[in-house]
Amino acid sequence: MMTKIAFVRKKEIPPSAPPITEVGLIGWLRQNLFSSWLNSILTILSVYFIVIILWDFIPWAYGGHWNTKSLRECLDLDPDVACFSVLTARWKQLLFGLYPAEEYWRPTLTFIFLLLAIVPILFPKFFRFFWFSIIYPGLAVWLLWGGSFWSISIVYIGLTLGALFFLTLIRRYLKNYMIAAILAFLSTAVFFLFISNPLVGLLNVILPISLPFVESLKMGGFTLSLIVGVTGIVASFPIGILLALGRQSNLPVIKMICVGFIEFIRGVPLITLLFVASVLLNYFLPPGTNFDIVLRVVIMVTLFSAAYMAEVIRGGLAGLPLGQHEASASLGLTYWQSQRLIIMPQALKISIPGIVNTFIGLFKDTTLVSIISLRDPVGLASTIRADQKWNGIYWELYVAIGLMFFIFCWGMSQYSQYLERKLKTDK
Amino acid sequence: MEKTKINITDEVAIHISDMNKWFGNFHVLRDINLEVRRGERIVVCGPSGSGKSTLIRCINRLEEHQKGSIIVDGTELTTDLKNIDKIRSEVGMVFQHFNLFPHLTTLENCTLAPMWVRETPEKEATEIAMEMLEKVKIPEQAHKYPGQLSGGQQQRVAIARSLCMKPRIMLFDEVTSALDPEMIKEVLDTMIQLAEEGMTMICVTHEMGFARQVADRVIFMDDGQIVEQNEPEEFFKNPQSDRTKLFLSQILGH
Repeated sequence: MMTKIAFVRKKEIPPSAPPITEVGLIGWLRQNLFSSWLNSILTILSVYFIVIILWDFIPWAYGGHWNTKSLRECLDLDPDVACFSVLTARWKQLLFGLYPAEEYWRPTLTFIFLLLAIVPILFPKFFRFFWFSIIYPGLAVWLLWGGSFWSISIVYIGLTLGALFFLTLIRRYLKNYMIAAILAFLSTAVFFLFISNPLVGLLNVILPISLPFVESLKMGGFTLSLIVGVTGIVASFPIGILLALGRQSNLPVIKMICVGFIEFIRGVPLITLLFVASVLLNYFLPPGTNFDIVLRVVIMVTLFSAAYMAEVIRGGLAGLPLGQHEASASLGLTYWQSQRLIIMPQALKISIPGIVNTFIGLFKDTTLVSIISLRDPVGLASTIRADQKWNGIYWELYVAIGLMFFIFCWGMSQYSQYLERKLKTDK
Repeated sequence: MEKTKINITDEVAIHISDMNKWFGNFHVLRDINLEVRRGERIVVCGPSGSGKSTLIRCINRLEEHQKGSIIVDGTELTTDLKNIDKIRSEVGMVFQHFNLFPHLTTLENCTLAPMWVRETPEKEATEIAMEMLEKVKIPEQAHKYPGQLSGGQQQRVAIARSLCMKPRIMLFDEVTSALDPEMIKEVLDTMIQLAEEGMTMICVTHEMGFARQVADRVIFMDDGQIVEQNEPEEFFKNPQSDRTKLFLSQILGH
């Protein structure tokens, strides 16, 4: 008789629980740490190295002195433990640089406001407070540098008037965006050239609000790192987007300018750019112009990371299927609409790891300003060591500085992972 | 199978004359002359590389032609961006690979273009979108993302997305080619329904059953030229040119 190939299942096989070695703690250990001989050896070696590092570090850090007057005193007490007293003595300097002590509340308040201002940007649920994020840059500049309240507000007043003028033109009188934009730009320029100064003078007489002026060279410590880092991050992002789009443009001139800019900036070390900012720029500018050193550094750092940002975003753009462009074009969306609504949201989403990478890199690169003798935390470490009392102290300062940077960078990294999870739409 | 022909009017929807296109040195479309009247349903077929997709992509300027003229709804396609955007907003297109916007929900995919291009208020755009999603029979998927839908569902959303712009002409570019066999029917049914409502349609497809059932005219292309065109009955029963015969024997032969 031939073998029968026909078969009909009579009974369903119900699902059963997996074997005990595949689930729970034991399963996890087996799968992740001891899945093979090589894996087991690596696990044991890693644990060994972690233990020997912590074996020395924990007693050193935990038993550290916090209240001695100098390094000498620490060493006399116990040379084998940390001397954190330098932090106790100099923490204010590490945070605020040479900022006048009686004005410490200003950078502190600026920092608190910074935390509030980024909330609406990071979490869409609080987007209704976005107005504060817009006010914040002006507020921060005024708090940090001081001077008349009105000379900062006038910038906002001028820009608001310009924007209102533009909108009115579009709504009421003109259909052409280009002409309206040019008119609005011209009228804003007129406002800043001829009207703003007398107006500020007048407002200062009527309602004088001002803070004592603090010059840029007094800025230092983490205040400086944050000023340069946050401004750089916020400004380099949109510039990077425009550069990335420009690099893909069909218009050869725009493409050439963008490629040239990106390749030039990426090909030059940041330190070189910072030297240009601190020394050379003054030769090129007309004599007598006083171009703030912090502003110069911020511009250089911004341009530097914008070039990197552009390449990261270009990677995201290249990752998008051509079909997305075609679909949005076939629906009649204009170039800018399709960039804004279809292309950029997806390209930026793909580029999140790279973008945050660039942000973190920028933030840490702010320590390079110590080379051009600005007093960021790393620069201050040398200054502190120049003090006879703390001469020879390294570890404690750098551990503290490293920890501060780590907190900010780790925060950014965590946020980016949260964002990636949130924007995941394919499951 | 009774076909409704009452919809075809004398009004010219698309007029293509002596149109030529090259990709570099490759002469992909050669002296194309085609007139499509409003309400007409045309199926374009032909071997791969014959230029049929390129032809319909020229109609909404996803590809630029280099010679001859294309007039859509009385507007000639030139380099004028305003004309191009206007034509694109009136000509819907559905693609082989759906090309839905993966970062937006089904509903947002459908409301986006009406809200930004036609400046329809959100409430109204949502109503239109739901109406169209009901038409393609997936209103219950409105709040899902494209990645969560099956291929057939995605393609129907893509059709709904185009319909939301209230287009006067629809272009279908091999819309069933990327689908699993069991999903082809649901997409074809949607297209048949659309055809019965009198939409002007140009479909590039290998679905000859569909061509028989709904087309008013079948166009056969090979080597960038229109080789033969006829009513479906005649086209399938009495193909004139050898190339058409060969093609038909290859796709109907098994």
